[in-house]
Amino acid sequence: MSRYQITNADLKYAAEFKEQALGYHSPGLQRVLNALRGGPKAGKYVLVVRKPFERWVLGRLPSVRGAPVEILEGQEFNNLEEAEWSVFKLRWKAHTGRELDL
Amino acid sequence: MTRILGYADRISAAPGEIIQIMVSCDNIDSYDVELVRVIQGDVNPAGPGYREEVVPHDFGGPISGRHQPIHLGSYGLVADSPVFRALTSLGVLAAVWPTMPGLGSQTILSRQDPKSGVGFRLLLDEQGALAFEVRSREGEAAIISTGKPLIAEKWYVVAGSYDAVKGELTVGQLPLHAYPRVDDAGFARLSTAPGLAQSEIAAPVMLGAQPASDCPAIQHFNGRIDSPRIWSRPLDLAAIQELLDIDGQHSAYGDLVAAWDFSIGISTDRITDVSPNGLHGRLVNLPTRGVAGRKWTGEEHNWTKLPDHYGAIHFHDDDLYDCGWETDFSLTVPETLRSGVYAVRLHAADEEYYVPFAVRPPRGKFTAPVAFLLPTASYMAYANNRIGIDFSETEIVIGRLVQLNKIDLFMQEHPEIGLCYYDLHNDGSGVYYSSRLRPVVNMQPKNIGHLGGVGSNLWQFNADTHILGWLEHLAQPFDVITDEDLETEGLSAISGYRTIITGTHPEYYSASMLDVLQAHMNQGGRLMYLGGNGFYWRVSYHPELPGVIECRKSEDGIRAFPPRPGEYYASFTGEYTGLWRRNGRPPNELTGVGMVSQGFDISSPYVRTEASRNPRAAFIFEGVEDDVIGDFGLSGGGAAGLELDAANPALGTPPHALVLASSQRHTDVYLMTPEDMNDPAPGLGGTEAEIIRSDMVFFETPKGGAVFSTGSIAWAGSLSHNHYDNNVARITTNVLKRFIDEEAF
Repeated sequence: MSRYQITNADLKYAAEFKEQALGYHSPGLQRVLNALRGGPKAGKYVLVVRKPFERWVLGRLPSVRGAPVEILEGQEFNNLEEAEWSVFKLRWKAHTGRELDL
Repeated sequence: MTRILGYADRISAAPGEIIQIMVSCDNIDSYDVELVRVIQGDVNPAGPGYREEVVPHDFGGPISGRHQPIHLGSYGLVADSPVFRALTSLGVLAAVWPTMPGLGSQTILSRQDPKSGVGFRLLLDEQGALAFEVRSREGEAAIISTGKPLIAEKWYVVAGSYDAVKGELTVGQLPLHAYPRVDDAGFARLSTAPGLAQSEIAAPVMLGAQPASDCPAIQHFNGRIDSPRIWSRPLDLAAIQELLDIDGQHSAYGDLVAAWDFSIGISTDRITDVSPNGLHGRLVNLPTRGVAGRKWTGEEHNWTKLPDHYGAIHFHDDDLYDCGWETDFSLTVPETLRSGVYAVRLHAADEEYYVPFAVRPPRGKFTAPVAFLLPTASYMAYANNRIGIDFSETEIVIGRLVQLNKIDLFMQEHPEIGLCYYDLHNDGSGVYYSSRLRPVVNMQPKNIGHLGGVGSNLWQFNADTHILGWLEHLAQPFDVITDEDLETEGLSAISGYRTIITGTHPEYYSASMLDVLQAHMNQGGRLMYLGGNGFYWRVSYHPELPGVIECRKSEDGIRAFPPRPGEYYASFTGEYTGLWRRNGRPPNELTGVGMVSQGFDISSPYVRTEASRNPRAAFIFEGVEDDVIGDFGLSGGGAAGLELDAANPALGTPPHALVLASSQRHTDVYLMTPEDMNDPAPGLGGTEAEIIRSDMVFFETPKGGAVFSTGSIAWAGSLSHNHYDNNVARITTNVLKRFIDEEAF
């Protein structure tokens, strides 16, 4: 399988992302992000705007047009970087099978 | 759920002219209307603040709300005729190229009473096999299927017959290209009652759909239909392929009732019957024409030269041209209204909806030295785009989680508002046509997009209000002219302006629009190109139908999908499509810069070059001491970002152009464009590739004109920083003041 597989060697990039989720990234972190942010549309995490520029709730895209976006009630954020880190951890676990404990 | 939606019949009007507004409400009894001038549509608290100006106007409200439906899906419609009513025995024949066989019943050709279903239809059944159905007034129905599903995107000859004397129904499908071990030819017969008459019902023939009692058409066919024909006799199933190729006027065709030749009138919405009966029809919701038909071999790619190879029409169940809603109210543009970007604001309780349009100056008059050229073709190109909800890749290219606002959630649950060039049809084929005669929900002030970068995240219409807000801050008189004005009126729409200011992303240009702008420049006009990736794709306005444009992204360029082989010529006009760069008119010739990269996370500042000290550019930097320009902003935090243009003499940047400043570092979300990537090699990202930059360019043009280009969509997002007191605003204002000075360059 040629697609990049995330390992413990990438923990330093996770730490880099935790430090700065939005902005310039090292090539190593960019590769991790490409892997984590790839994949199919169905079930993809998105932020649903509750109040513009103030509050967001986590959601997941449906597979087909016409179906509603799934809202993950209770998983709200007041800060975009916090939301990014939260989804990063969810995807890290999905990819590696291990919790990201940083 | 409560909701208001609306659209206007026109996007530009002069004082005294009438704009019709069509509205649909869900669970809203009445709504109020205001006329507003759109000044600054960004609601980001970090921005300059939302501003609109209510213009007192009596619309006679409140206005009663009502629901008006949208009927998606294209089809051909041929009015009822005594010839159809005389049918007893009959045969139906066509070539088809289905795209979604097996996804529900899909009708190829029908003539049925919408309520009772009396009549006949040739269809793909729920299994995707060809079927033929006849139903009589007495309620007797017979249907026969081959039982063999057609294979998607393969051509078949299909036929269904009813022998009213013998009481026999037959159906047959024959692949035009047979494969060993694939059994997809099928024929079947069914004995049924004789005399299942078609007479007496009054019903049109529908191609690609069938009528229904509660809406115009249902069971839309997805895919291509070529050479549909009807006979007044049953067909010999052994000869259906030969029947497809015999000329409709041939003497052997005594029983031929209709033979539609879709290779005639490709640029129109009309379909032509070449049989002696002349049962011509029209197309509803603009199915795609100028597409490869059953005869296409690759020998010719231009449908205007060999239309016979383009005898197919591609129908989609999600095509939409004109919602066709009834008018709810109209606005006669007041004679005293200044030119600008306006909207009618429809509101009830917590719901509101803006229907924007431009008010241009009185015809034949120029009421300011400046015209803001509202890029309405580009707004249509992105109309109701599903970039945030249909494509997994969006998150990677924006470098952050996709944010869905109320409008995105609505679009996801209501795909009936139609598609644009960034979308795929339900059957996976690309969208070539985009219309504004429908609610364009993402063309509103306050709207937040997906590609606008960290910060305000605005795109197209609302991003352009960053420029409107800056002009307002300057108290600079300006007129507003739209792309459609350039297209329909020509040079007289802008010839009186000293300078034209573009929007942030005037990406889509027709040949006429480009000709007009170039002609204005040739006679000494000035151009402030305050955007990025402008003048990139060639589009074609429909020669007869209002409010719709076509774009096929041939060859290369950044695109959601490529057109299929053989389909690089616009059906509306026969023009060769694709990048203007590939059509011999690269944007560099007009603006000095051309598209080189895109990325939608963070933006970067420019750094001044030595050329910025050239005395020719002194007026631009008057009062600007900084070397770094635009390290701030609402669109990604910098003035150079989102989509980037750079100078390139090889592509037509004039030799005397001054590259005043360049952005120096972008993230690796930014990549080179495909048209520059002839031989991909590592190092194509924003942190490594030299080509990935915005160049700020100035050059003089003949007869005392000049061009100033920023080559960045994000530029306008930096204007309002620090209450419009910053080096981006200063540079832009310096240029504006000089460009409206009549002194020749």
